[in-house]
Amino acid sequence: MDKSELLELKKTACQVRLWTIEGVFNAKSGHPGGSLSAADMMTYLYFREMNTDPSQPKAPGRDRFVLSKGHCCPALYAALALKGFFPTEEIKSLRHIGAMLQGHPDMKNTPGVDMSSGSLGQGISAACGMALAGKLSGEAYRVYAMLGDGECEEGQVWEALMFAAHMKLDNLCLMVDYNGLQIDGNVADVAGLDHLEEKFAAFGMEVLTINGHDFEEMEAAFAKARTVKGKPTVIIARTVKGKGVSYMEDQVGWHGKAPNADEYRKAMDELSAQLKALEA
Amino acid sequence: MAEMKKIATRESFGLALCELAKEHDDIVVLDADLAAATKTEIFKKAFPDRFFDCGIAEANMIGVAAGLAAAGKVPFAASFAMFATGRAYEQVRNSVGYPHLNVKIAGSHAGITVGEDGATHQCCEDLALMRTIPGMVVLNPADHYEMVEAVKAAYAYQGPVYIRLGRLAIESFNDPETYHFELGKGITLEEGTDVTVIATGLVVNEALKAVRALKEKGISARLINIHTIKPLDKEIVLKAARETGKIITVEEHNIIGGLGEAVAAVTAEGCPVPVYRIGIEDTFGHSGPALGLLAEYGLDAEGLAKRIEALV
Repeated sequence: MDKSELLELKKTACQVRLWTIEGVFNAKSGHPGGSLSAADMMTYLYFREMNTDPSQPKAPGRDRFVLSKGHCCPALYAALALKGFFPTEEIKSLRHIGAMLQGHPDMKNTPGVDMSSGSLGQGISAACGMALAGKLSGEAYRVYAMLGDGECEEGQVWEALMFAAHMKLDNLCLMVDYNGLQIDGNVADVAGLDHLEEKFAAFGMEVLTINGHDFEEMEAAFAKARTVKGKPTVIIARTVKGKGVSYMEDQVGWHGKAPNADEYRKAMDELSAQLKALEA
Repeated sequence: MAEMKKIATRESFGLALCELAKEHDDIVVLDADLAAATKTEIFKKAFPDRFFDCGIAEANMIGVAAGLAAAGKVPFAASFAMFATGRAYEQVRNSVGYPHLNVKIAGSHAGITVGEDGATHQCCEDLALMRTIPGMVVLNPADHYEMVEAVKAAYAYQGPVYIRLGRLAIESFNDPETYHFELGKGITLEEGTDVTVIATGLVVNEALKAVRALKEKGISARLINIHTIKPLDKEIVLKAARETGKIITVEEHNIIGGLGEAVAAVTAEGCPVPVYRIGIEDTFGHSGPALGLLAEYGLDAEGLAKRIEALV
């Protein structure tokens, strides 16, 4: 990508973060930490990598995205809204009674959401099914799924990995948002994910590790994933939980808590300043 | 009616699936290392490219089925009832039920007639589990001909369906010349005025024999076959309650959460009459030959006749 494209992605990611905070603040609940760590990758997916058309959200040949770590949907909703799947105004009623945007992704009611998710470990299996369907139908679409690092503690994830490798689902690209934190503390302290690269490789994946906030590294990794044949790819994205909002960064307390009015203002000011700096 | 050898509903399911798949190329079948037992192997042989063994990983299998359905396929995912609805309950609820995806789940080896394998595999809770999921259709066919039609109906319905399959080979009592399956509609097999017996699944034929034996003793029992546990045919239940004043339900399932409680809920709200539930009385099964277990739990024709006679 050239410099102006990179700049555009950075600006869009900043907008995704602004709308993420807007949504969680108005909802008075939700999961800002993991949404912010995943915001850059979601931006890249919807604005660079995936073949999607907001005017045809159910097009059979579209690329698909499953947010297996469904609680981080504030960032997904922001990316979808900015892409044009629905008005950004919807974000202000996130989690409200009667709202289109549910606390976890709902494919029945939200344009652009390809799979309902939220119960950890389940999205990856659905992504495998979509990838298998694509192979069966001879469709060229690709399927992307994002997992949390803590989510990798779920046994179903490893069932799905065995299936994906066995079925040679090379149209499947997994991402792990490896921010190192889960509700009860450091992932390393809670259950441990030592040797994650080796584990994925042993399960038959092509494994790539990148900085999940670096768009050029994403470009190289996603491009590489497209060339891998006969096996799925997993991109381990090293990220910072709460990325972009200084007081949330790397703080486990911001996993599932909404900012109060003062914190909201501070977050919006910081992100607006970042956007302004990019626009200058 | 042509004579037909005994056949387990799991085998009827495998045969029906195979026939249906000839006409519909969107059907795909998943199993979890039990194809020989659930009889999806019949489909596997005919359509190897549309059959996927997921290995001993039921949770993932249900999720894969959800993804296939989200991408336009019509997956039938089979395992033992214990694992398809028990092990993978939450996957069925969240990945299939909540998005109302077009997944058909087949639970074989349901009830105590699994036999020798014993309690760990004798699932008497599957109907209860599946009934509680919003939008889930729950089918429990009673013989070969009913299973064949149920599989077609499950395919025709847009949304999640659970189909209960049995291991034990059983006689077919329905007449294929006249049999008509309608989703959500019970079938009156015998008319009667003293009491109504409402049965489901594998024990319907046992109830039929019991009711006929009681007729000879001067007891006029109506018999209704409920193949669709959900949505339940309220009309036929309330009519029976009004006309016979007493209902006895018969199921190879825990009396908690199954047909009996579904029927009792309908009568309690629409026409309160006594409802007696015959089934597995909140206990686990154990090893033994299937027919021996049916007799032990009072679910064979002889046992049912005694219970019904005592309750009338």
